[in-house]
Amino acid sequence: MWSFFHKLGSPPWLYSISGVILRWLLPITLVALAVGLTWGLLFTVPDFRQGNSYRIIYIHVPAAVVALAGYYVMAIAGAINLIWKMKMADVAMKSAAPVGAALTFVALLTGAIWGKPTWGTWWVWDARITSMLILLFLYLGVIALYEAFDNKEAAGKACAVLCLVGMVNIPIIYKSVDWWYSLHQPASIKFTGDSSIDTSMLYPLLLTIAAFYALFTCCLLMNMRAELLQRGARTSWVKKLALAGKST
Amino acid sequence: MYFDSFDALLTMGGHGGFVWSAYLITILVMAAILIAPGRRRKKFLRQLAGELKRSRGDPNITEEEV
Amino acid sequence: MSPPGSLQFCVRLLRRQLVLAVRRPIEIGNPLLFFAMVVALFPLGLGPAPDQLAGFAPGILWIIALLSNLLTSDAVFRSDFEDGSLEQLLLAPQPLFISVLAYIGAHWLITGLLLALVSPVFALMLNLPGSAVGTLVLSLLLGSGVLSLVGCIGAALTVGLKRGGMLISLLVLPLYMPVLIFGSAAVKAAVTGAAAGPYLAILGAMLCLAIALSPLAIAAGLRISIDA
Repeated sequence: MWSFFHKLGSPPWLYSISGVILRWLLPITLVALAVGLTWGLLFTVPDFRQGNSYRIIYIHVPAAVVALAGYYVMAIAGAINLIWKMKMADVAMKSAAPVGAALTFVALLTGAIWGKPTWGTWWVWDARITSMLILLFLYLGVIALYEAFDNKEAAGKACAVLCLVGMVNIPIIYKSVDWWYSLHQPASIKFTGDSSIDTSMLYPLLLTIAAFYALFTCCLLMNMRAELLQRGARTSWVKKLALAGKST
Repeated sequence: MYFDSFDALLTMGGHGGFVWSAYLITILVMAAILIAPGRRRKKFLRQLAGELKRSRGDPNITEEEV
Repeated sequence: MSPPGSLQFCVRLLRRQLVLAVRRPIEIGNPLLFFAMVVALFPLGLGPAPDQLAGFAPGILWIIALLSNLLTSDAVFRSDFEDGSLEQLLLAPQPLFISVLAYIGAHWLITGLLLALVSPVFALMLNLPGSAVGTLVLSLLLGSGVLSLVGCIGAALTVGLKRGGMLISLLVLPLYMPVLIFGSAAVKAAVTGAAAGPYLAILGAMLCLAIALSPLAIAAGLRISIDA
């Protein structure tokens, strides 16, 4: 049990084990994404109210779910870095930020594209959209703070504090935006309730959600591998790897 | 498959442009976040290998550089 | 001579910060001047129609208060960081949790409290109904406390950075949003004659939470910035 944690703190071990994991996970992810998206795009029946535009749900919802989960991954990694001073947690936190930001961006963009045929406008100040926008700001804040520090160890800790502050704030932000929206909600916009989703639509959605989680994990691991090498540029295992010329 | 013809698949009852552009952008972003870290890693390894070879005075490398 | 207790220490720090501020009155005046100038921008941009302005007034006043709070929070720790007294504070035996409350308290007294007290003037300039002015002052009093507490987290994290000014707004503005929502909602409720109490209560709850948690983050942020 403890040896596992000791190994987790060792960059060469983490580098090689993540390589092994990726060799399996990456193909599975790609297949799951391909199957899930094709299923949703081609083989489901259209929603009786929204028509075919609802097919965007198979990218919009998974991206939003995983973007939010990604922030928690980042914040928990930051907390581990602050409490137990684990360098690998810092690597994980830094690597999660760009992936999470990209997924948040996808969720916002697909939401806007979905909004045009559904509500007749690209952007509504809807509670969920607004909180996703704020989530994107939080991600960008973390990335900007990390880049601003010259001392990367301090950068990691400062970002960890910021992530934790953000994590405490996310429920508050979400609730307040939700409440704010219900106060201002224009009557012209109708949402289809979450519970109304048919099982024939639900299964591909669950598949794509799982695939997006796997995608996040893959990107996180690949970012971590690149980061591990860059941080260990002066260590012998990285030099050996570079001289071996092996790219896997 | 739900759609009868390729044409129906493309237009999706008037929503095709929205659906396809959303999927296309998502796939582009996904490709970017999947490819970028690998490229960063390989570029770094190439650079480091070059630096190490140069600092060791490898004749094959120095000749090319001069 | 025994070292002062933590509360006594906190009061002395607070007095020091206030004395420093009073010696440079321009620093106190700047946020107020900023507030006045931005208030003047809105009629120029939105048009001078009194009814329209009155409708936007709660939001306008709250956004300006938020911005002037943000602009001043950048400087809370900066001069003490540069002359090294912040490092002394970190080494002091008194708990940092209490000491940073003195800094925040001073910042709130200089910006938040003053802004809340002069806000009725600007509210009348923007044609806000007189019945809502009391709520505006109260909501600003409570809300600017939260803003100061949250803004100081950003200040603590960026104090060691040369180019911190723009960054702090990136970090802190998303965290300000709940305060803005409930603060302006309280004023709007007062304008329409609805009960503003619940909104003020939520602002108070946010203030309690921020007092309990943000000094922890600020203390951690200061230690990181000093170490860097």
